[in-house]
Amino acid sequence: MEFFERFAIPHPSPAIYASMVAIGLTVIAIIVGLTYFKKWGYLWREWITTVDHKRIGIMYLISALLMLFRGGVDAIMMRAQLAVPENTLLDSQHYNEIFSTHGVVMIIFMAMPFIIALMNYIVPLQIGARDVAFPRLNALSFWLFFMGAMLFNISFVIGGSPDAGWTSYFPLAGNEFSKSVGTNYYMIAIQIAGLGTLMTGINFIATILKMRAPGMTLMKMPMFTWSALITNIIIVFAFPVLTVALAMGTMDRLFATHFFTTGNGGMDMLWANLFWVWGHPEVYILILPAFGVYSEVIPTFARRNLYGYRSMVWSMVIICLLSFLVWVHHFFTMGQGALVNSIFSITTMAIAVPTGIKIFNWLFTLWKGKIRITTPMLYSLLFIPIFTIGGVTGVMLAMSAADYQYHNTMFLVAHFHLVIIPGVVFAMLAGLTYWWPKMFGFMLNERIGKWAAWLIGIGTCVAFFPMFISGLDGQARRMFTYSEATGFGIWNMIAFFGAIMLAVGFVLIVYNIYYSTRYASRDIPADPWDARSLEWATHSPVPEYNFAITPDVNSRDAFWNHKKNNQKLFKGDYQEIHMPNNSGVPFIMSALFFVFGFAMVFSVWILAIISAIGIFACMGHRSLEKDHGHHLSVDHIKETEEKLGGANS
Amino acid sequence: MKELFPRKQLLGFVSSLILTIVALLVYFLDFSFTVGLTILLITAFTQAALQLVVFMHAGETKDRGAIYTNIYYGIIIALLTIFGSLLALAWGYV
Ligand code: HEM
Ligand SMILES: [Cu+2]
Repeated sequence: MEFFERFAIPHPSPAIYASMVAIGLTVIAIIVGLTYFKKWGYLWREWITTVDHKRIGIMYLISALLMLFRGGVDAIMMRAQLAVPENTLLDSQHYNEIFSTHGVVMIIFMAMPFIIALMNYIVPLQIGARDVAFPRLNALSFWLFFMGAMLFNISFVIGGSPDAGWTSYFPLAGNEFSKSVGTNYYMIAIQIAGLGTLMTGINFIATILKMRAPGMTLMKMPMFTWSALITNIIIVFAFPVLTVALAMGTMDRLFATHFFTTGNGGMDMLWANLFWVWGHPEVYILILPAFGVYSEVIPTFARRNLYGYRSMVWSMVIICLLSFLVWVHHFFTMGQGALVNSIFSITTMAIAVPTGIKIFNWLFTLWKGKIRITTPMLYSLLFIPIFTIGGVTGVMLAMSAADYQYHNTMFLVAHFHLVIIPGVVFAMLAGLTYWWPKMFGFMLNERIGKWAAWLIGIGTCVAFFPMFISGLDGQARRMFTYSEATGFGIWNMIAFFGAIMLAVGFVLIVYNIYYSTRYASRDIPADPWDARSLEWATHSPVPEYNFAITPDVNSRDAFWNHKKNNQKLFKGDYQEIHMPNNSGVPFIMSALFFVFGFAMVFSVWILAIISAIGIFACMGHRSLEKDHGHHLSVDHIKETEEKLGGANS
Repeated sequence: MKELFPRKQLLGFVSSLILTIVALLVYFLDFSFTVGLTILLITAFTQAALQLVVFMHAGETKDRGAIYTNIYYGIIIALLTIFGSLLALAWGYV
């Protein structure tokens, strides 16, 4: 019995028990449903073992949307708790757990897979490739991410959630102050997902550098692909720092080492330092693909080519370097001297310059454009002003002397939500709506889509602007309640309304997906938006080999010139196509990682050792296995092309 | 005959052995902490560079530009991170 005690929830509540029941029922329903409809084989063959970048992209997308709802429920609970003074909806411990998991879920398990979903689906198409450079590795990336996310998400029903903030600062996150296994989950689940992300980084750099269609020089790449390249470079240089920090944190918690302890030669501040060495580049990992999406959407719907292509590229290259030079701005108040703070203040303000350049480029693209306001465009237009407010308040925070006032108040919370929400969430929703017809062969309803966009746009402002005021008045972040005398009540009530608007907006998006799946016309052209880049040159939905004939690129807007100026894009005849084989090993290996992680969280060493052996066995299998892929015959290609609406040249 | 003899590889192999032995000496001989660590750092980085260039063929394909850009970028980021951390946590800490 003693053995099982460790799995109990240290701080239970009826809501958690209800969730346990709900999770149990959902799992049973899924299993019964799959069995009843005889879908196990389909699931295994078409999805679990797939190495197709498009399917992996869609799986990332589904995970991201699920996590958006998990994180969204957390958010609504927090806003509800704070809506009135001295509320007792949540107690302090639950509040701590909720804001910690909210942050991790939103950044690591929602925003990251969302950007990786779009990169997976779109980048190979935009560069005219058949797949990513290492399709099998791509599947492993996804499954590692997925298992990491699942491991993190079971924490609240088995053993207890992490409660030391998404930043998990030591010494609070150490064994002395965080006694439950919650922080073990944090360390290990993020580690597993992070390994997947690191592999994605390597994979996409190789893909973009090596697999571009003939004629597509770097300076002819579409801007979204450029942003993906830079993002993945940042991933490869930033994530190892997180890996190391998490490994050290895990050892501190499980094996009594003293990296981040306050005594015995440990240094708690080193965690904060390493966390932000990764953490600040991470915010640019999130924002750059979003910039890429806007750089596709805005020219398409302003019907002009992107203003200042070169300066767009250069500003991203500069951001790529500068994003590694500013991390100390997250702990100006930790005790370093004025000189250090001044240096990092200046680098931080400098990073606003390339960001500003991009904003102006979009504005100039819009200038004199023939603007069509579609849903993706609406998100882009809402993004520009709201993000600018977020950015400007960032520069305020960047002044280290002033930051002593703002730090850890709701002002900071307002800043980062007003950059991340328009930056990442709007962009991903814009990208989702924009590329939806490419992915699924029908369009999302524009009317519902615009309602959702307006609700989310206005909801963001209503939810976060009041925090600037309450923050300057002294409301601290991460506090589970406040007294009536503080006068914060009104601002938090307004913010609660904003949060409700956001929630309604997201529900509308789900409804839109349902509605359009049922009613939208399937009879749409391959290029329904009259867009500019190569992904629109193939059919919708895209056949498994992407392009029957590899396109020939000789200008920045090759597809546009192909449409408008009769430049030939597809030269030559069909040829046999070499495709990679599916494999179940990435899934099995990641499942073993899940077991390993779970065993580590609860210190069940025998299980950990067995699953670790399994993981190495999978790697061994991969090293020895002979897998040469398969060939699609010319006849097969012809047949598919005819079925999809004839040769597309 | 001259082209067939793998002079570069052989020299590389011998140098990497020497570097390993020098690093090992730090363990067996009684250096001060600073001297020992200096030797380790120098031998480690020379060793890594040697392996990359001689045995992993950086610079022998037409990806040379991308590979070296990556390595230099990595070195720059690593140095900035290390010295930045030292600045924040040790030298500039009051
Ligand atoms: C205009 C450029 C930006 C500047 C000058 C800037 C500046 C800052 C500063 C100085 C802080 C720390 C404040 C404090 O802790 O007291 C901060 C926090 C933060 N920023 Fe920004 N920022 C910028 C853009 C962004 C972007 C684009 C994102 C994300 C996409 C972002 C996400 C965050 C997050 C998540 C935090 C808070 C993390 C935490 O403590 O939990 N920032 N920013
Ligand atoms: Cu930052």
